[in-house]
Amino acid sequence: MYQPLMDLTAEQKDILSGKEGETKAKMMEVLVRYGDVFGAKRLVPLTYKKGHLVTSFGISMLKPVFPLMDELIAAGLKAPEGFTADPRPMDFQNVKANLLEKLVFTKFMYSKQKSYEEQLTKLGLSSKDGFSCTCYLPEVGNTPKAGDTLSWAESSAVVFANSVLGAKCNRNSGILELFGTILGYAPEFGFLTEKGRKATWKVVLKTTKKPEAQILGSAIGMKVMDEVPYVIGLDAYLKPLPDEDTIAYLKDFGAATASNGAVGLYHIDGITPEAKEKGPSLLVDEPKEYVIDDAEIERVYRSYPIMWKSRDAKAHKCFIGCPHLTFKQLNDWTDKIVAGLKESGRKKLRIYTVLTTAPAVAAKFKLTPKYQELMATGAHLSSICPLMYADNPVAGARPLMTNSNKLRTYTFSRYYKDAEVLSIITGKGSK
Amino acid sequence: MKQFKGRVIFGGTFKGDAVVTHGGFNTLASFQKSALSSSCKDVIVSDQNNPDLFKVHITGKALCLPMTIGSTTGGMVIQTIASRGLSPAAWLFSEDIDPLAASGIILAHVWNNVPIIAIDRLGKEFLRTVKTGGEIEIKEDGTIVVL
Repeated sequence: MYQPLMDLTAEQKDILSGKEGETKAKMMEVLVRYGDVFGAKRLVPLTYKKGHLVTSFGISMLKPVFPLMDELIAAGLKAPEGFTADPRPMDFQNVKANLLEKLVFTKFMYSKQKSYEEQLTKLGLSSKDGFSCTCYLPEVGNTPKAGDTLSWAESSAVVFANSVLGAKCNRNSGILELFGTILGYAPEFGFLTEKGRKATWKVVLKTTKKPEAQILGSAIGMKVMDEVPYVIGLDAYLKPLPDEDTIAYLKDFGAATASNGAVGLYHIDGITPEAKEKGPSLLVDEPKEYVIDDAEIERVYRSYPIMWKSRDAKAHKCFIGCPHLTFKQLNDWTDKIVAGLKESGRKKLRIYTVLTTAPAVAAKFKLTPKYQELMATGAHLSSICPLMYADNPVAGARPLMTNSNKLRTYTFSRYYKDAEVLSIITGKGSK
Repeated sequence: MKQFKGRVIFGGTFKGDAVVTHGGFNTLASFQKSALSSSCKDVIVSDQNNPDLFKVHITGKALCLPMTIGSTTGGMVIQTIASRGLSPAAWLFSEDIDPLAASGIILAHVWNNVPIIAIDRLGKEFLRTVKTGGEIEIKEDGTIVVL
């Protein structure tokens, strides 16, 4: 048996020694070894027990995952309070695919999707519509509160939970988050400790206007990597939480910090809960400093490589909503698209455009008149994961455009600012 | 010949080629193409954003890196690669190992019984010294000899 470095309770020792079965013992060993590597003194109980899984996709390449899930199911294990999961990789109804793409998706890339979803259901998937990266939105309802300890892995959800909600979660790997959720424990290190939540970077914003959330997040992520930034000056452009625009901005900003770097927690002076409570005392002594002005934002934007085969190609598809759009963002995009088409004199969008949002948000939106307005523009509404759609040799080889820095980072999709996206898809400003 | 000493996470001995990245090793981007191929016998790094390792063969070698970066599926990807016998034989970190790499290597050991050497805290000088294609020796106590 593994001899832990950390202190375990009697119950935890029993699990590790196999008194509750071999499978649970292995799960505990993984969790304890993980904590030991990072100097955790103990495993702490999760105070927020609902999980969220980063793996929503039955991608055939992850071969060991499927027997591992079967082993957990055979051992009778289940997440006690259930879990949500990241978005599904396919939605042929709302995101069109040709025969070859369908073949690649269903028979090759995601051939395990159906059986994997059956496994997820047995392990505690909370709903057949529980697939969104924005599980923390009120419509989805998987929302921890300040101070809660949880076991999640999806990077954009972890950084939102830590930073905007004030919850405590490390930037875990897939599978480890499920083990923690089922066992009900997390090793106490990193963001679960006061020291780990201190900011080692002071970021001073000196732009003359509100920077694009996705570019500001990208700039900070690439600079600080996995460290914690404390951002000063952004509060001039944001209303206090829980303003919906601020929530949407921080969601997109955080996802960019997490994907362009490896940020798991940020503090925004005057805005995020810990920064409001503790202010600059969250900074370590002698932090590193990064000043961001208009020129720096533009430099970062211009630095993104364009991976399209032809720079002048017309986009095959446009994805708006990675991470998934909030209800407010969906309404705002609808208004902008309708106004943009009016300005350009067109009735339909020039580019096959998909707006992505959580199933629960989509359901709410479909009850409003705006849904018909959006559909009339030729836009499509889906709860797909654009990243999983684009991250393959067939769909990903086409020129895709997006306003998501996460999608840009992991695929060949080309990033545009929001206003540029709007101009391109509506033909606004073009002759 | 130069020696470095790190912290042993999973020990073992090794003598063979090093492969070196000076930037973060993007696990998913690096392994994705090889992992998608069911007939793959030797991983060729597919991360076009990594100038040090793009198109370099890394299976069975000593991967020298500062840390892993990228998707939080990273741990599962390492477990997958390891379970298929495609992993580097050793993961040698100049910095502290990161949570995603640690997860994958631990999963490979505990769930799949695949022994992978993992040593961290080798220092920046280690990465400045070791070269792709150069021979290194790893000792059980975490000593790395750059030959």
